Amino acid sequence: MSTPALEFKELHLAYVVRGVPREVLRGVSFSVQPGESYGLVGESGCGKSTAAYAAVRYLPRNAKILSGSVELGGRDVMSLGTEELRLLRANNASIVYQDPGQALNPTIKVGPQLAEAFTVTGMSASDAAVQARAMLQKVQIADPDSVLGRYPHQLSGGMQQRVVIAMALACDPQLLILDEPTTGLDATVEAEVLDLVRKLRDEYGTSVLFISHNLGAVRSMCDRVGVLYAGQLVEEGSAQEVFDAPQHPYTVGLLRCLPRHGSKKTDQRLETIPGFLPLLGADLPTCVFVDRCPLADEICRTQVPPMVDLGGRIARCHHTDRVHDIAVADLPKGTASTVDRTRDPLLQLRGVSKTFHQGGKQIKAVRDVTLDLFPGETLGLVGESGSGKTTLAHTILGIHAPDQAGTLTFAGTPLASHTRKRSDDAIRGIQIVFQNPDSALNRRHSVRRIIGRSLRRLAKVEPAKIEDELHEITAAVRLTDRHLDMRPAQLSGGLKQRVAIARAFAGRPRIVVCDEPTSALDVSVQAAILNLLSDLQRDGDTSYVFISHDLRVVRYLSDRIAVLYLGRIMELGPAERVFDGPHHPYTEALLSAAPSVEGDTRVRIKLEGEIPSAMNVPTGCVFHTRCPRKLEGDICSTQEPPLNPTPDGGVIRCHIPFDQLGGGPVQVELTRRSGDV
Amino acid sequence: MTAVAVPGAGGAPDPAADAAAESRAPAVTAKDVRRELRRQLFRSKTFLGGMIIILFWAFCAAFPAVIATDDPSRQDPASKWVRPFTDGFLFGADRSGRDVFSRMVYGAREIMIIAPAAVVLGTLIGITLGLLMGYFGGPLDDVISRIIEALMSLPVILVALLALSALDASRLTIILLIGFLFGPIIGRTVRAAVLTERNLDYVRAAELRGERSTYIMFVEILPNVVGPIIVEFTVRLGYAVFTMAGLAFIGFGTQPGSPDWGRTIFEERSSLLSDVWWPSLVPALALASLVVAINMVADAIQGLVDR
Repeated sequence: MSTPALEFKELHLAYVVRGVPREVLRGVSFSVQPGESYGLVGESGCGKSTAAYAAVRYLPRNAKILSGSVELGGRDVMSLGTEELRLLRANNASIVYQDPGQALNPTIKVGPQLAEAFTVTGMSASDAAVQARAMLQKVQIADPDSVLGRYPHQLSGGMQQRVVIAMALACDPQLLILDEPTTGLDATVEAEVLDLVRKLRDEYGTSVLFISHNLGAVRSMCDRVGVLYAGQLVEEGSAQEVFDAPQHPYTVGLLRCLPRHGSKKTDQRLETIPGFLPLLGADLPTCVFVDRCPLADEICRTQVPPMVDLGGRIARCHHTDRVHDIAVADLPKGTASTVDRTRDPLLQLRGVSKTFHQGGKQIKAVRDVTLDLFPGETLGLVGESGSGKTTLAHTILGIHAPDQAGTLTFAGTPLASHTRKRSDDAIRGIQIVFQNPDSALNRRHSVRRIIGRSLRRLAKVEPAKIEDELHEITAAVRLTDRHLDMRPAQLSGGLKQRVAIARAFAGRPRIVVCDEPTSALDVSVQAAILNLLSDLQRDGDTSYVFISHDLRVVRYLSDRIAVLYLGRIMELGPAERVFDGPHHPYTEALLSAAPSVEGDTRVRIKLEGEIPSAMNVPTGCVFHTRCPRKLEGDICSTQEPPLNPTPDGGVIRCHIPFDQLGGGPVQVELTRRSGDV
Repeated sequence: MTAVAVPGAGGAPDPAADAAAESRAPAVTAKDVRRELRRQLFRSKTFLGGMIIILFWAFCAAFPAVIATDDPSRQDPASKWVRPFTDGFLFGADRSGRDVFSRMVYGAREIMIIAPAAVVLGTLIGITLGLLMGYFGGPLDDVISRIIEALMSLPVILVALLALSALDASRLTIILLIGFLFGPIIGRTVRAAVLTERNLDYVRAAELRGERSTYIMFVEILPNVVGPIIVEFTVRLGYAVFTMAGLAFIGFGTQPGSPDWGRTIFEERSSLLSDVWWPSLVPALALASLVVAINMVADAIQGLVDR
């Protein structure tokens, strides 16, 4: 066997906090072979990023290696001198970070910035410029000359990430480390970036260490995966085996937290992993997962589990033989669907548009949106960034006033354009849960004050009764009384989001806009929050406008889904039909871009280019410039298709007749696959 | 194969188990955080050193008689220009034979009243201006910003001279003057801090709750910008001491013969020509020590706030 590109040997690494070393990696061993893609998965705080940075010894000053070693191409990284280390980083390994906007210097044009990556390896300036251009072509940038002359902020997120990858590959590294490289990107762009990395890996024979919390992306990208928990590798094996038949209880739990293909809130609640990740540097019990493990018994509490070799894969568990038996059954049924469409709609939008004016130009962010929201219904809004999801939600909330022509009606009465002009009932009736609870909660106010204020303002609760109401609502979002006196900084991400939900629900709203409420959370916490949202909906007959880029989450929670593109509704219909087809070509492309943990058999539908600017909208059908099913002739490019009604009461904006739209083949493929297994 | 009973993970009929998944928050309270900050502050040598000097001058200002060895205005031609460390004159005597040490102690009073009062006023003005500009933005921000820039382009001393020539140069006038001159400068710092807060979702959540603008500005935003305001307050305090001494030096705000440091430096500077350095150098050093001490404290606080 040749020398591995990267090898961790029993690495114990600690961060020294106030003189006390807190162990973050507790004996991590794994290796990445030349040309192999290795994925590291696990929830935040498990040590994924620390492992990635340890590979090139790019660690904070308070990091301390307790024992073990890391070898890059056979050389011990931890024993290198400063200059050797610099050369190693310049020539042998590269890192691609999560946020390409921060990885690029905003004051230097792409050309010189990229060329620098070559000159650092000792190349002359003129050669470097030539190489920079060639590299941009390799990362599939269509017009390299114009990109070279632009500043990073003039490029889209996907283009920036390509430039970063080009820089990373400049030294022709043996190892490419990708730390959540697609987290900030749209699914369509993510799929393209992953395709690119895969292609370049094959072309250059580079080894890849891929770190992501997106299990689907890891599955589609990696040959082997390692599952980290509390700084220990608890399971390792081929990506397919680990995700299809996990052998460690943690992996099982992690996978079950995800809404499975096609699962709905009406079918079942989502599973969660009870308990907590051990605190950083805490003394660990014999098995790191024992406190949260459904299989834990006496032996787990007394003996350190061995690394069990299961033929090409390993799991650190005493009970690998019983992992299959972890009960799936017995999940409480989810909420029964109670949406009654014969009732009057709670919220009606008729021809709502929103145009922003910027420097004399018009940006048509939302265009002529007509839809109804019924009591107790969840309407999912999906689309790439720039599609107008958030603007539409903000218009409903009264953050932006819509253009004159459209009307909004809430519970039968017209809704004033701006929150300030709305009646107390309208303000109380429509509330929001934001994406990022850190930003949504005032960090100087206690939980009691945050929720109490909403009770006072929205529910008009008298001061004497506030305390009782507080206990009731915190219990409803499953917080305990002792959380009331804490400030947001003392709560975990999931708890903060519960506080934000309690605040939104304090006034017993009729509609709650959920703007990506779980995208900042780990999967096990996400599952708990989604369960909470569906419980609250059932109890209060609340309607949701649910925005998310995670299509499975949208499908799990939504009754109907609206697909937006350039501010227009391209498709609106029941969640099942929108997902399973027949559906709009854009929906089809969106769905096929999202990598799935179950493995993909679908053929990826690639979207050419990027979402056009809302300042300069294509003629005819706005999607025709990227549409893979554009019709012969010029009907698509000259005539905007009408919103054609579908048999299930929805609409589709496409010239292709309903019965010829895509969707069918996907189901056939899936059936065949499950038949094989 | 037997199915294993699963608490929570497999089947959780009790929804509370979901929340248990996240609810072991570390037992740290807001009080602990404050205590920790205070502990760090008091461990900083810069802060302690600065604080000791400031407290010394504050004590001098409050109870000068306790420290001073003589009446600061008692003249005695016999002891004119007595050198330091002689005849009970610790820091010597000035041209009228007054005790330089005692005058230094009494001289702290004027500055220790005017400078903090002026900066408190300036900070109040600055907070209001900064919140208005940062929160409302738009034309209001543009107009106030331009006015502030115009004000700031004038030298402080010049404006002060003009104003004091027109008005009577009482203690109150000086406080108002420095307060109004510093207000806009502090306002710009507050505005910058408010601008970042303004875009956070908690402000939007308050708006969507129908809160009034004053509530949002003073109850929601203000507590989050206290850090930069405290730093700005201490920095401005140093400047205020300077400005105030400068005004006294050119003869405003204090009566002739007053032991005020700026005034004394002005009145005794001519003695330097006769090689008599102590009557002017002692108050100058006192002034410098106060400004340096204030800046040390400002630095230490800034270091904590920035983290």
